[in-house]
Amino acid sequence: MKLELRNVTKRFGAVLANDHLNITIDSGTIHAIVGENGAGKSTAMRIAYGFYTADSGDILLNDEVRDIRAPRDAIALGIGMVHQHFMLVRPMTVAENIVLGAEPGSAVALDLRKAAAAIRRLSEEFRLTVDPDAIVETLSVGQQQRVELLKALYRRAELLILDEPTAVLTPQEVEEFFSILRRMRSQGKTVVIITHKLSEVLAISDRVTVMRDGRVVGNVNTRETNAAELARLMVGREVLLRVAKSPASPGRDVLTVRNLSVQRVQRVSFDVRAGEIVGIAGVEGNGQTELIEALAGLVPESQVTGTISFDGCDLRAVDARRRREIGIAHVPEDRHRRGLLLEFSLAENAILGVHYRAPAASGAGAILLDQKAIDRRADLVIREFDVRPPNPALPARALSGGNQQKLIIGREFELPPVLLLISQPTRGVDIGAIEFIHRKIIAMRDAGCAVLLVSAELEEVTALADRLLVLHDGRIAGEVDPSLATAEEIGLLMTGGRH
Amino acid sequence: MAVVCAFAVGAIVVLIIGDSPLQVYGLLLGSALSWPDGIGYTLFFATPLIFTGLAVAVALRGGLLNIGAEGQLYVAAFATAWVGITFAGLPSILLVPLCCLAAVVAGAAWAAIPGVLKARFGSHEVINTIMLNFVAIALVGYLTQYDYRVAGDPIMETATIGESAHIARLGRFIPGLPERIPLNVAFLLALVASWAVYVLLWKTKWGYEIRATGQNPAAAEYGGISIRRQIVVTMAISGALAGMVGINEVLGYRYRYYDGFSDSYGFTGIAVALLGRNHPAGVLLAALLFAVLQRGGVPVDAFTQLVSKDIVQILQALVILFVAAEAMFRSRRKVTAGRGQGEEGTRQQAPVAGQQASVGKI
Repeated sequence: MKLELRNVTKRFGAVLANDHLNITIDSGTIHAIVGENGAGKSTAMRIAYGFYTADSGDILLNDEVRDIRAPRDAIALGIGMVHQHFMLVRPMTVAENIVLGAEPGSAVALDLRKAAAAIRRLSEEFRLTVDPDAIVETLSVGQQQRVELLKALYRRAELLILDEPTAVLTPQEVEEFFSILRRMRSQGKTVVIITHKLSEVLAISDRVTVMRDGRVVGNVNTRETNAAELARLMVGREVLLRVAKSPASPGRDVLTVRNLSVQRVQRVSFDVRAGEIVGIAGVEGNGQTELIEALAGLVPESQVTGTISFDGCDLRAVDARRRREIGIAHVPEDRHRRGLLLEFSLAENAILGVHYRAPAASGAGAILLDQKAIDRRADLVIREFDVRPPNPALPARALSGGNQQKLIIGREFELPPVLLLISQPTRGVDIGAIEFIHRKIIAMRDAGCAVLLVSAELEEVTALADRLLVLHDGRIAGEVDPSLATAEEIGLLMTGGRH
Repeated sequence: MAVVCAFAVGAIVVLIIGDSPLQVYGLLLGSALSWPDGIGYTLFFATPLIFTGLAVAVALRGGLLNIGAEGQLYVAAFATAWVGITFAGLPSILLVPLCCLAAVVAGAAWAAIPGVLKARFGSHEVINTIMLNFVAIALVGYLTQYDYRVAGDPIMETATIGESAHIARLGRFIPGLPERIPLNVAFLLALVASWAVYVLLWKTKWGYEIRATGQNPAAAEYGGISIRRQIVVTMAISGALAGMVGINEVLGYRYRYYDGFSDSYGFTGIAVALLGRNHPAGVLLAALLFAVLQRGGVPVDAFTQLVSKDIVQILQALVILFVAAEAMFRSRRKVTAGRGQGEEGTRQQAPVAGQQASVGKI
């Protein structure tokens, strides 16, 4: 099915999200739409799916103007969309999820057997193996994604829109996922994939549309382009995709972890030395969160066994506040949940964690907040870390994801840290800002800071880490030299394939 | 805005009943703002509402819904009277501060109970504060009835407190304001408390911690703030503010504990905080508005043909409804505008609106 957006414009308040877009997606192709956050790529596709209606412009399906006002119109016309966050009812079976909203049978009786048969036929046709009777919450993320795809196919989608489909997958799962997409293409389906990962665009797509600031800035055949060109189009300037770094010169042991068990994490031991970056790779949910939170002092002491020592001192009875005082900085993986007070101003956010002591609090007993000192600190963070817009009075919510992340990193880097715990530093951050953040992390290492870096992005950990630990099912599955190991090797460790 | 809408709809109600809205509102405002009785009583009525409004506002800023201000102020008023009776021999300079301290400490302690229960066991403060209201009212009623009632007194009230525990009525200082009007120094205390709450919330590290905990407990914890401690401390501050109602009631007005004295001040405080957007200045204005309605209702009852003073309650209910609706409209707008941008914004906003809406129902 051919999809065309013609002169589509969409405005949210003062923000022009889509500015006279012209995108043509040919039938039977895999078409990638790339762009930074806020470039308008998701908005454009949500317009095609009827989630938003365009202020002006037309949507054409097979060269015919169509009126799509709601997702159900789009579904009826053969458009399916898989969102970044799966829309599945977790305690229900695969079959129940797939038929939800399009239940077979009469008005009252639900004919699940008929549904199961249809699902089996579909999964054979596209080799999307999932057991229709399995409960969704028992499935892996990759399998859940297949359920989402089946859901769309069950509704006879001819054109599938996939929003950041690989964000949650392991390298192996990504490969499998790509072969599914290719199979769909060979069966005549059209696939649109919204992403910001350039390597994947190059691996899977036939054609690429690049967006920036709500406009289409390039339409190219994948075969005729490369990552550097796409990155330049996306950002509007030259970008270093892989930040250069010199070899590490590690010093003393700063962090020593022995037989640490906390919730999912089991008997983990490792060291982080001054002046090195130790990376932790692994599929999300394999204990990274628990490990970092235990190190930062955010897990109740009673749940932690084993030893954590910092510069030779036992951290067991040391609370989060004291840990920050002795130089343990923490950039949390979820900036909205942990890292920021979204309703608070940038200035107030810039002192979170040091708000109770000088210079932020001053006077007798350090009770009163010193607004001038707070503003000075906020200005420093904003300037050093290029937070935009540079207005300390704005609420944190008003910033883009990348700028929120720079604010948090700036706040933690100004501590200044002896040990930096940094999780998913560039999640949802634009390419331009990624480069900046990577440089800052390396600069921190070169200044002698011990860095423990967790990232779900394999490219990121391998580019930054001096040593790489792979976490699988709460255990360290292996340690590799990131400059030598291949993605396959690491991927195998991530899925527990080898010890 | 909500107030204007409420008065407009109230006017329609009055028309339907068959009276002139102009006459009703004229009577209402005229009597509430006349000098000296109107203003005197309006400010007197506003005093407890300022305290309870501040109490609820502080708790809400800290992410807690204190529905127990009513129970807290009863316990506090009784404690004030108890100190005033027991230590009646002390001189003013000692007894008045001691009585005030009793009010504050009793309110704080009563409110700290649900705080501890939440911090320790995770039980919800809304349930526990509501339940403790019943306990408090029954408890002080029992004590009044069986231990502190003067023999032969047909009214459920304690003996009077010592003369030296009385605080001055403002009539003593303001020419033209007769001393029979019970407006007293506690009103000035309410003004000071409003200012103090403002300073506490926005100018001190403690306020930062209260607000941070209320806004995002996970981030506050990340910032080295103990959430459990915050819950107890915030509830105690809230209860202390509610408890100050006892100062107005016992030391400045009746000079004894009078059972069932509260005209739902604790619950009206929720509406006051809501209308005042949990800001001390807003609370002050909202408390004044509610006091105007309360004072102005009396002549409406007496001097109109058909409308009774229930119109006041209708107006109060309308104000609350419109404030809740306004909050909902605001978050709705953010939902539509925010879809493309920060979707997390709406998620944060929605529960607040829901909370306020549910407050409106109470």
